[in-house]
Amino acid sequence: MDMLWAVIVTALLLSGALFSLIAAIGIVRLPDLYSRMHAASKAGTVGSGLLLLAVGVHSQDMSILARALAGFVFFILTAPIAAHLLARAAHKAGHRLTPPSVRDELLAREQIAVRGYRKKG
Amino acid sequence: MIAASVVSAGAMVALGILSVAFLLTVYRVVAGPTLPDRVLALDMLVAIAIGFIAVIAIKTGFTLYIDIAISLGLVGFLATVAFARFILTQAQSNAAERVGAGQNADVIAERWKIRKHKRKKGGR
Repeated sequence: MDMLWAVIVTALLLSGALFSLIAAIGIVRLPDLYSRMHAASKAGTVGSGLLLLAVGVHSQDMSILARALAGFVFFILTAPIAAHLLARAAHKAGHRLTPPSVRDELLAREQIAVRGYRKKG
Repeated sequence: MIAASVVSAGAMVALGILSVAFLLTVYRVVAGPTLPDRVLALDMLVAIAIGFIAVIAIKTGFTLYIDIAISLGLVGFLATVAFARFILTQAQSNAAERVGAGQNADVIAERWKIRKHKRKKGGR
């Protein structure tokens, strides 16, 4: 029984660390701010969340597991908000998508809005 | 006894993998071509630091580290939000400066016209 918990904790530890490594590789290798954000905000969150979950399972204490789960839920709630804010700010600041990506709907919408304003004026 | 050593070995391997991830992210912080890239990499550094804290909590047995990890996550979130606001206001102020410079040019041109006009009047 002890061994089973140890194997579960080790699996959680290794998978969390590997998710973090995948996120870091994505941040280095991907060509664009927005595609880098796609790697960092999903794989990075799951990586640190799985490591926190490993602490909760390892302690075998309900209160500590609840605290670790609360931290995990907090990260899951905040990571998309932070990524969305940063992406929106960067897009408004004029950082555009790079050629491999084909479609920028936010930019198209802004252009339509500007054109409509000019027609009215 | 074996279980403890399995967990300890797993923690050591996880620490090694996290170190590699940390170094890769630091490379992006240093080399990132734009400011949002660096902010994103700093956010990722906070996430990896939370992972480090969790692994060290397992290695040392102090579960109090979880609270530190949660508060570090809160600080990292607030830092990212603040940086996003900073990028936004910087972009807006740059745009306003551009518009303001254009308006200034218009104003200067108008004054120049008026001056020319006055001179013409004076000439007459």
